[in-house]
Amino acid sequence: MENAVRVIGDSAAKQYIVVKIGSEQYGINIKYVDNIVRMQTITRVPKSQPYFVGVINLRGEIVPVMSLRRKFGIEDAEPTGATRIIILKPEPQATVGFIVDSVREVVTLEEDMVEKNNVNENAVDGQSYIGAVGKNGDELISLLNIHTVIQDKEQI
Amino acid sequence: MDVSQYLEIFVEETREHLQSLNENLLILEKEPENKDTINEIFRAAHSLKGMAGTMGYKRMQNLTHNMENAFSEIRNEKMKVTSSLVDTLFQCLDALEAYLDNIVNTQDEGTDDNEPIVKALNDFLNGNTEQAEPAEETTAEPAQAEPAEKKESSGEGIFADIEFTEFERHAIEEAKKKGMNAYGVSVDVDPNCILKAARAFLVFKSLEEIGEIIKSVPSTQDIEDEKFDLNFKMFIVSESPIEKILAAVKNVSEIKDAVGENITLEAPETENKEEASTEVAEPVTTPATKDNTSKQETKPAAATQNKNSGKPVVNRSVRVDIEKLDVLMNLVSELIIAKNGLVASNAAELVQHSQGFNEQIEYLERVTTNLHESVMNVRMVPIETVVNRFPRMIRDLSKKLNKKMELYMTGEDTELDRTVIDEIGDPLMHLLRNSADHGLENSEDRIAAGKPEVGSIFLDAYQDGNNVVIEVRDDGAGINIEKIKNKAIEKGTITADQAEIMTDKEVIDLLFRPSFSTAEKITDVSGRGVGLDVVKSKIEALGGDVECHSVQGEGSTFTIRLPLTLAIIQALMVKIGKEQYAISLGSIQTVEDIPLTDVKFVQGKEVITLRGTVIPLIRLGELLDVPDVEQDVESLTVVIIKKGDRQAGLVVDALIGQMEIVIKSLGKYININKMISGATILGDGEVALIIDANAIV
Repeated sequence: MENAVRVIGDSAAKQYIVVKIGSEQYGINIKYVDNIVRMQTITRVPKSQPYFVGVINLRGEIVPVMSLRRKFGIEDAEPTGATRIIILKPEPQATVGFIVDSVREVVTLEEDMVEKNNVNENAVDGQSYIGAVGKNGDELISLLNIHTVIQDKEQI
Repeated sequence: MDVSQYLEIFVEETREHLQSLNENLLILEKEPENKDTINEIFRAAHSLKGMAGTMGYKRMQNLTHNMENAFSEIRNEKMKVTSSLVDTLFQCLDALEAYLDNIVNTQDEGTDDNEPIVKALNDFLNGNTEQAEPAEETTAEPAQAEPAEKKESSGEGIFADIEFTEFERHAIEEAKKKGMNAYGVSVDVDPNCILKAARAFLVFKSLEEIGEIIKSVPSTQDIEDEKFDLNFKMFIVSESPIEKILAAVKNVSEIKDAVGENITLEAPETENKEEASTEVAEPVTTPATKDNTSKQETKPAAATQNKNSGKPVVNRSVRVDIEKLDVLMNLVSELIIAKNGLVASNAAELVQHSQGFNEQIEYLERVTTNLHESVMNVRMVPIETVVNRFPRMIRDLSKKLNKKMELYMTGEDTELDRTVIDEIGDPLMHLLRNSADHGLENSEDRIAAGKPEVGSIFLDAYQDGNNVVIEVRDDGAGINIEKIKNKAIEKGTITADQAEIMTDKEVIDLLFRPSFSTAEKITDVSGRGVGLDVVKSKIEALGGDVECHSVQGEGSTFTIRLPLTLAIIQALMVKIGKEQYAISLGSIQTVEDIPLTDVKFVQGKEVITLRGTVIPLIRLGELLDVPDVEQDVESLTVVIIKKGDRQAGLVVDALIGQMEIVIKSLGKYININKMISGATILGDGEVALIIDANAIV
């Protein structure tokens, strides 16, 4: 996926997939995204972290799937036709899926349109999941820090 | 000379030789007079030296050369095998292993000359007798002369210009007295051969199997360094006829030609020297010599088998990279999933398929099952490859700890999957060290307790159903329950009240907690508190488990139970609520239908009595938080599982059937309970979780 990061102009621009969860928009760095699939049968895994919905079969590979809604403390929602699972590969040998309400678009954000998130006082509320905020036109997109979202050890 | 392509083989073979040296040295220490062992050691050392030389590892070669000298002295009964000599030799082996590790990591042998060891060895040698192996310093005359055409009638004279030293003459005479023959063999290497030294080495190796090489021209050293043209000569004493020796030489590929003759020692210098030395060495093949040899080649190559030499029969085997096997295994897994899909869709299809179709599907099932078994078999490695280094380790430990102990091993031929074998070494080593250090008492204590002075450690491996069991047992003091309790209370792991009501078993389980060591003093062998917990986590990572049983005063037993295979298993599919789960068939004993009225309560827990045994019931639905478990049933479907001598009944809603499943990992990020050992993909593409019965019992 490395080649998806195109350098536009002379400043490094990154591409993000913009997804909707509840009423908010989040951006996921496209370099981690392996695939986007439709909602499918998820097998529940007992005694796992509560935000993990279960595992799916992605072309013969077992992929654990987490609900970003549960992760962010938003009410669960019934899957709709727009619900998607974003398959991420944060590390070469590890895959994980994020369930999102819908996928909107892919945006390219120049470096100067991204503001690093230094607010850390509210980390418990999940603020640390947001690595930066990007401005796309007059919209704000919260850019997810994939690693903290996944690696987070705290049990909600 | 580019030898990198042989590096892999070199490393493998060196490992084998080192292992064989280790084993045989141990035997030698016990039976210093054992001729076969000495010969075996000598052969291994010599091969090592040759290989190291061929690959250009000078330091390694130098060290093995010195070792070989020592072995040669031992073989000639000029030196006694003493414990300290064996110690030094073991140090040599360790140094060689260090070289090898360096080579593996950096392709270079490193810069350590290991002079102290070499010196120690030489001290042994000098203390006894002068250097052996005089072959080295004799006339290394460049005998490049091709066997001239005119010599084919008599063959004599090829070797006429070669002088023998006193020692060599003596050896030949000795051999003749014993009824063996001395031959001179002249070998021509194919001009297109790239690795002449390697070929020459192979020739030497094959000849050493049937006889003893007394001398070679040029010297072995020069041949190993490839300081020869296309021809080299050697002198060999052997019981075998000359034809056999020539056949053995010609068996080596890229050897163009070999001629040999019986040599006598009469008037050594006066033989007609002919014009051998005037002959200009011609790299071009000479047809006449061809004829000469073709006559000999017609002799049966597979002549009478030599009865001596306890050499292992040559295996018809291929070395395969484990990764290639992994790929093969993955493909088989895919095939099985595809087959399961086909079976499932066939069953779901409303249209009645022809009988032929069903037969073909059944046939396919059989073939995939057999294929899987074959691939598994290929991946199976005897546990011997791991445990064979332990006798040496115990010997070292025995010296280090100053305790007398003996290791007895059985079931070394028990086979395990390659991946398990790779991982099991460390845990076993931990357990053995543990037994040696904590388990066995001092000699005085042992005598006082009326036990034999020499402690025994047993390592037994055997197959039990779908599991392989490895037991590490000692006849030491056993685990002192009170001591552990006190230690645990002291460390705050448990309270005194808890300690009161704990069973012995629970106390022993404390040992497997991280950083728990009862040894009073830290030795470099063990006692740092990292050990048993590492053993446990490692074994559990392999899908197995470890248990400890101990009787105070009589010793302790650690039992490791490992699954036979890791990738594909036969499983019983069950239904709980709306969910499907797989239970490994290996741990299932029976499946019973139990009327609800037969369920009794013991200490508030559900149990059933089955053929006289009381078995606890486990409601899987509750354990796994399954929603919508069937209620209000009149009888329970109970899957009886067993681990060791413990049993449990798992209550499920319904049985689906037996299936061959491919175990897949759930990935890195999801925390799974120990009860779930993985997931599998069903025929319809859905995922079912696999229940680890061992974790539940």
